[in-house]
Amino acid sequence: MKTYETVIGLEVHVELVTKSKIFCGCTTQFGGEPNTHCCPVCTGMPGSLPVLNKKVVEFAVAAGLATGCTISQYTKFDRKNYFYPDLPKAYQVSQLYLPICRNGGIEIETGGIKKTIGIHEIHMEEDAGKLVHDPWEDCTLVDYNRCGVPLIEIVSDPDMRSADEVIAYLEKLKLILQYLGVSDCKMQEGSLRADINLSVRELGAKEFGTRTEMKNMNSFKAIARAIEGERKRQIEVLEYGKKVVQETRRWDDNKDTSFAMRSKEDAQDYRYFPEPDLVPVKISDEWLAEIKAKEPELRDAKMLRYEKEFEIPEYDAALLTSAKRLADIFEATVALVGKPKEVSNWLMVETMRLLKESGREAEELDLSPKKLAALIQMIEEGKINRTVAKEVFEQIFKENVDPESYIREHGLGMVNDDGLLRDTISRIVGDNPQSVADYKNGKEKALGFLVGQTMKEMKSKANPGRINEILKEILV
Amino acid sequence: MDLLKLGALELGQKIKEREISVIDATKASLAAIEEREEKFHCYVTVTAEEAIKRAEEVQRRIDAGEYKDSPLAGVPIAVKDNICTKGIRTTCSSRMLENFVPPYDATVVKKLNDAGTVMLGKVNMDEFAMGSTTETSYFGVTKNPYNTEHVPGGSSGGAAAAVAAEEAFLALGSDTGGSIRQPSSYCGVTGIKPTYGTVSRFGLIAYASSLDQIGPIAGNVSDCAAMLEVITGHDPMDSTSVNRKMNRYTDSLVDNVKGMKIGIPKGYLGSGLDEEVKLSILKAAKSLQERGAVVEKFELAAVEYAIPAYYVIASAEASSNLSRYDGVKYGFRSSDFEGLQELYKHTRSEGFGDEVKRRMMIGAFVLSSGYYDAYYNKALKVKALIKQGFDRAFETYDLLLGPTAPTTAPKLGSSLADPLKMYLGDIYTVSVNLAGLPAMSIPCGLDSKGLPIGLQLIGKPFGENDIIRAAYSYEQSHGVIRPQVCGKETV
Repeated sequence: MKTYETVIGLEVHVELVTKSKIFCGCTTQFGGEPNTHCCPVCTGMPGSLPVLNKKVVEFAVAAGLATGCTISQYTKFDRKNYFYPDLPKAYQVSQLYLPICRNGGIEIETGGIKKTIGIHEIHMEEDAGKLVHDPWEDCTLVDYNRCGVPLIEIVSDPDMRSADEVIAYLEKLKLILQYLGVSDCKMQEGSLRADINLSVRELGAKEFGTRTEMKNMNSFKAIARAIEGERKRQIEVLEYGKKVVQETRRWDDNKDTSFAMRSKEDAQDYRYFPEPDLVPVKISDEWLAEIKAKEPELRDAKMLRYEKEFEIPEYDAALLTSAKRLADIFEATVALVGKPKEVSNWLMVETMRLLKESGREAEELDLSPKKLAALIQMIEEGKINRTVAKEVFEQIFKENVDPESYIREHGLGMVNDDGLLRDTISRIVGDNPQSVADYKNGKEKALGFLVGQTMKEMKSKANPGRINEILKEILV
Repeated sequence: MDLLKLGALELGQKIKEREISVIDATKASLAAIEEREEKFHCYVTVTAEEAIKRAEEVQRRIDAGEYKDSPLAGVPIAVKDNICTKGIRTTCSSRMLENFVPPYDATVVKKLNDAGTVMLGKVNMDEFAMGSTTETSYFGVTKNPYNTEHVPGGSSGGAAAAVAAEEAFLALGSDTGGSIRQPSSYCGVTGIKPTYGTVSRFGLIAYASSLDQIGPIAGNVSDCAAMLEVITGHDPMDSTSVNRKMNRYTDSLVDNVKGMKIGIPKGYLGSGLDEEVKLSILKAAKSLQERGAVVEKFELAAVEYAIPAYYVIASAEASSNLSRYDGVKYGFRSSDFEGLQELYKHTRSEGFGDEVKRRMMIGAFVLSSGYYDAYYNKALKVKALIKQGFDRAFETYDLLLGPTAPTTAPKLGSSLADPLKMYLGDIYTVSVNLAGLPAMSIPCGLDSKGLPIGLQLIGKPFGENDIIRAAYSYEQSHGVIRPQVCGKETV
C-alpha cells in the first residue's frame, strides 16, 4: 500500500460575546424562550435595515491582531443568498471580497515540533437561527434567538497534516480568543464550531487531492475521530481506483462515520454581491492602535513571566495559564498573600479536582481570590491545619462561603492549647500501651498511629506536627 | 369654500387659526374618498375610524398649545402601501403581503405623526414598486383622475392620483427609477425624490436598496417642500442615512432664479419624445429664462446606458430583497405543498405577480456565477460613469431641466404586453436614481388630450433648495396648476 499524507484546513466559526447582536440591539444571551431575543431586524421583517455593532469590529480586529493578521482598514460586507428556514432574510450578511483580517498564523507544538499554521482570513458575519424538529407534531419549528449573533469565521490555510495538529491548532485558537475575551469558545454550546476540509495525497505529490468538507463535530474528540474516519475512507476510495467526490459530509459521532450531505451537482450558487444596506467600514490608525493597546497579556508571554517572576516550574505555569480565569485568580491571590507556590498548589490540585468532579471548565471558575488568600493566611498563622483547610476550601469552591465565618461557625479552629493537647496525648498513650512499646522498639509507624488517634480524639483540630513533637517528648 | 381645494399649508394655517377643525378636514377627505374611490381606486386600505380618532386627538393637542412649530398639523395625508404603518396592514399591493400587519412604524411615519398629520389610509402601487402604471397591483388598477381610461403612472400611482383627486392633501410615495416623479407628471401634481440618504429608508419595504428613496407628492411646490422638511433627517436605524445639517427647504420658497444656470441635456430631446411634451418643456424653460435664469442645451454623457444599468442593478437587488418572502415567517403561504422545496416554490409562484417574477429572474441571473462580471459588475461601472457625467454637468450648471416622461399617461391596458417598451419610458428618471441625485416633477401644462405634462428639475447632491427655488419661481409665473378632477374646472 502506498503512503498517504493527509492535508487538512479548518473553517472555524466563533460566536463573539458582545452584549448585543451584530446588526441590532437584541441580546446575544444563550438560551431563553424561543423567539424572545428578536426584533424586526434580526427576523428579517419587511422594511428592516441592519446597523453594524462597533464592538463586533473591535473584537474581530483584536482576534486578527492576536493571530498576526494584517487588518483591512477598509472592509465591506456582502450578501450570501440562499433559502433555508433558519435564515429569515434568505441571505446571510457576510464578507467575501474584503474580509477584515488576512494572512496571519498560529504557532502550534505537537510531539515537541513547532509549526506555524497559516490563517488565510478572518471575516465577520451573522449567525442563523435554530431549527428544532418536533417529533410529536412531526413538524419543524424555528427559533430565531440566535439569528444575528455576531460570528467571526477563521479560515486556515491547508497546513495541518494530522488530527493532533488540528487539535493543537483548535486548542491554541480557543486559548487566544478566550484570553482576548472575545468569545467563550464553548463547543458544546455552539460558540465554537469547526468545519474540516480534508484530502489525501501520496506522500511527495505536488498537487492536493480532492477534498471533502465535514460538519457537525461537537467536541475535540469527535473531530479527531472524524479526521481518522475520513482519512481512512478517502484512502480506501483511492485504493479501489475510484475518485474522491467533492462533497459536504455530516459526521455522526454515534455511528462513528460520515454521510454525504450535498453533492457537487447540488452545489449552491450564492450570488454574492456587496451589501447595499451597509456602508464600508474604515478603521483609522488611531482606532487600530487603541484596540492593540487593549490586548491583554497572552498565554505564552504570561507563562514565561510566571516562570521568571514567581519562580514556579514550567509545568505549573502551563497549567495555571491554561485558562485566563485561572491565571487571573492566581495573580490576584498572590497579590494579596504572596506565596506563589502555595497558591499554585491550591489551584492545580484541589481546584482542578473539584472542577473535574463538577464537570466544569476552568474558564467558568468563580473562585474568590480574597477568600483563597484568607484561607492560606490562616494556615500560615496556624489557625487551621491542612486537613481542615481542604474541607473549607471545598466549601469556598462550592458555596462561596467566607472562610473565617465558616471556621468560626463550625468550630474548626485549630486547638493550640498545649495543655489540652498534652492531656489528650497522655490519655492516648495510656490507652495504647502496645503501640508505645512498638515505638520504643523501633517501629516508626507506631508513632504515626498514635498521632492519628490523637487527631481523631481532637476531631482533627490539632496540628499534627505539634502532636508529633509532644509525643516524642513524652515517649523518650 | 371648498375645503378640498386648499393646499396643505393653507389648510394647516386655517386649522391653526381655528377657521377649520381637524375633524372637518378629515371628514371632508373621507367623504371625497367615499364618493370618488369607485371611479379612481386610489386606496388599498382606508383607515376611516383611526383617522377620525386621530383627528380628535390632534385637535385636542392643538387646543392645548402643541404643534406650534408644525405647519402641517391636522392635515390629512395618504401613505404608499410599501411604507410600514404599525397595526395597519401594509401590502405592497401584493398577494404576498395581503394580510401583513407590521409591528412597527417606518421612521418617516413616526416623523409625520410627530408633526401632527392625520393618515387617511394606504394607497395603491405597482406590486413591490415594480412597474410604471400601477397596473401590476394585486388589488386592481388605479385610474388617472384626469381621464379614467388612462393610467395614473407608477409605481406611486395611488399616491399621485389621491392628491390629484383631492382624496388626500399630501401623499408619501417612493422612487427607485422614477416612481414619484412619473406618476406626479401623469397626474398633474408635484413630487420630489430627495438625494439618496436624505430620507430614512427604515420601514420602507425594499425594492432596490441603493436606489430607493421616500418622497412627498403634493398639489404645489410649497406643500411639497413642507412635507419634505418633516421627513428628512439622519436616522440611526438606517446605515445609509446621511448625517448632515439640512437647510430648511421652505426657506427656498423664493421667487428668484436670477443668474441660475440651467442645462437641458440634448439627449433628452431626441426621438421617442412626444412633440407636445417637448414643446411644453421648452416653453417652461423659456419661462425660467424670462425670469432671469440662464438656460442652454448641452451634452450629458452616458444617457443611453441608463436603462439597462438600472434594470440590471435594481433587479439584482430586488431578487435578493424579495427572497425573504418565502412563506415561512409572515405573509402569504401556499396551502398546497409537500416538503420545503414546494413550500418555497408554490408560495412564491402564487404570491408574486408576473412583473415581480420577471425582475427577480433577471436579478438572480445577473448575479449568478459566470454572469456576475458581464452584467452586475458592468452595470455598477456604468452607474459610476453616469454619476461622473452628472458631476461634470454640475460643474457648469445649478440645475438640469427636461421632461419627466417621454409621453403623457398611456391608456390602461396598453403597457404590460411589451415590458421592454414600458421600461424605455423610464429614460429620463432612472439615471437620477443611479446617480443618487434629487429631482422634482412639476406640472407644466396639458396636452391636446387634456392629460398633464411634467417638467423634471434635477439638482446637485443635496441641491433640493435650488430645485425648490426654480420650481417655485416657475409656479409663480404660471399660477399653481390645480388638479382637474374629471371635468371639474381648474382655479
